[in-house]
Amino acid sequence: MTKQLSGPEVAQQIGDQFPDAVTGSDETAVFVRSEALLGVARFIKESLNLDYLNSITAVDYIDHFELVYHLTSLENNHGIILKTKCHDRENPIVPSVVSLWQGADFQEREIYDLMGISFEGHPNMKRIFLWDGFQGHPLRKDFHLDVPGGGKASL
Amino acid sequence: MTLSTEPITINMGPQHPSTHGVFRMRVTFDGEVIIDMEPVFGYLHRGIEKLAEHKTYIQDIPFTDRLDYLASMSSNFAYVLAVEKLAGIEVPERAEYIRVIMAELMRIASHLMGVGFFLNDMGAFMTPVLYMFREREKILDLFEMVCGQRLTYNYMRFGGVSHDIPGEFIPALKRFIDEMPGFIDEYDQLLAENEIVLARAKGVGILPADKAINASVAGPVLRGSGVKWDLRKADPYSIYDRFDFDIPTGTNGDNYDRYRVKIEEMRQSVCIIEQAMEQLPQGEVRTKVPLQLKPPKGEAYCHIEGPKGELGFYLVSDGSAKPYRFKVRAPALINLTVLRDMIVGWKLADAIITFGSIDICMGEVDR
Repeated sequence: MTKQLSGPEVAQQIGDQFPDAVTGSDETAVFVRSEALLGVARFIKESLNLDYLNSITAVDYIDHFELVYHLTSLENNHGIILKTKCHDRENPIVPSVVSLWQGADFQEREIYDLMGISFEGHPNMKRIFLWDGFQGHPLRKDFHLDVPGGGKASL
Repeated sequence: MTLSTEPITINMGPQHPSTHGVFRMRVTFDGEVIIDMEPVFGYLHRGIEKLAEHKTYIQDIPFTDRLDYLASMSSNFAYVLAVEKLAGIEVPERAEYIRVIMAELMRIASHLMGVGFFLNDMGAFMTPVLYMFREREKILDLFEMVCGQRLTYNYMRFGGVSHDIPGEFIPALKRFIDEMPGFIDEYDQLLAENEIVLARAKGVGILPADKAINASVAGPVLRGSGVKWDLRKADPYSIYDRFDFDIPTGTNGDNYDRYRVKIEEMRQSVCIIEQAMEQLPQGEVRTKVPLQLKPPKGEAYCHIEGPKGELGFYLVSDGSAKPYRFKVRAPALINLTVLRDMIVGWKLADAIITFGSIDICMGEVDR
């Protein structure tokens, strides 16, 4: 069974290396500051042998975006969830982890396309599913499905 | 006299007999050799993740059928497992066994299709496909017996499955399981040592193990590169820990290894179904769950070993009847990350075969 590492323990390990990076933790996840994301990810990739990135998800919580990274170590068969919040709604930018895990390539492009979060350092930051001229980011909560283009239907 | 040359970019797809769905590649050639490739997705993008936020949890089950439409049972399975984890729903024993039987039958059907079309792309025009479809038809007949559908089953429910298996299912399944190993041998007889298959697939499209892990590749592609990682063993879900089966792996990570891994996985699936049939208990097939299920606030990520790789669902619930976030971890999309590196330096014909060996389904890639 893949062992889910304890959030507070991993938060402790990260906190020892990066004093300001951790903003919180719960049972299975560690929250870090988005500016420190790349450094923390590199650290836990090496120290916990997390060589496999299962998935990256972006969730729109209206006042902030949350990025969820599910990471696993194939050799040790353990995993952890790394989360980061992004409070900028106009132009959210988060560091890209493509340099650590190539598997982030298409997933980050998908998040840019559908949620509008840009990833700094990604070699090919452009839309992946929607066509180039598309306006808006459909998975955001303020993009409505009432009328084409994302607006709300008026009475 | 020197000839001046320049690279040429050719567009392949989205409509092309070999692109396994609407997949487009913009390939740059230097003569016949590929020097760059850019995949273009989105021709089958239907906005499933957004639509799912507007429907209740049970109304989202048919959406999952249409993700990887060649492995609907697996997508159903992963989704219902994720919701059950989120809402804390128990599943009766009989339902667990039925689910495993369905999932393994689906794996065989998906691999038959994948291998058949892989060989089709190589030039064995339709013969292997139709031999394999002969068996796939039997599997689809079994599914039709159970849920009335041949492609998009909508069979699994939260807390079990929608209907119990009818009386004639087990004898038909037994007949199928008894004759299937013979048929797999029949496919091997003509193809495993075939000169053309060996020349076109061995040593072509090599994916080293460390690159595969780094690129989050999963499924037969990862195992073909020699990495012994199968979620049914590494992170067992449902009742997979009760069955005895092997995980076939390749050695070189070339197209031939991926093809062999799929064939061997079919044999292992037959083995699992045999064991599940023996152990199948009597009882209920579905726990009573409210139609407008309102899971408590929280999130759950649940992944299964689908035929194409790690199929995962990440669900966030805000306590209402509709999911707040419905995210699909699509193995086919992530497996395509390595396509460019596997075909650069090879010729176009090799690119088609390498693409076929990854075995994708565009419904899942584009969602």
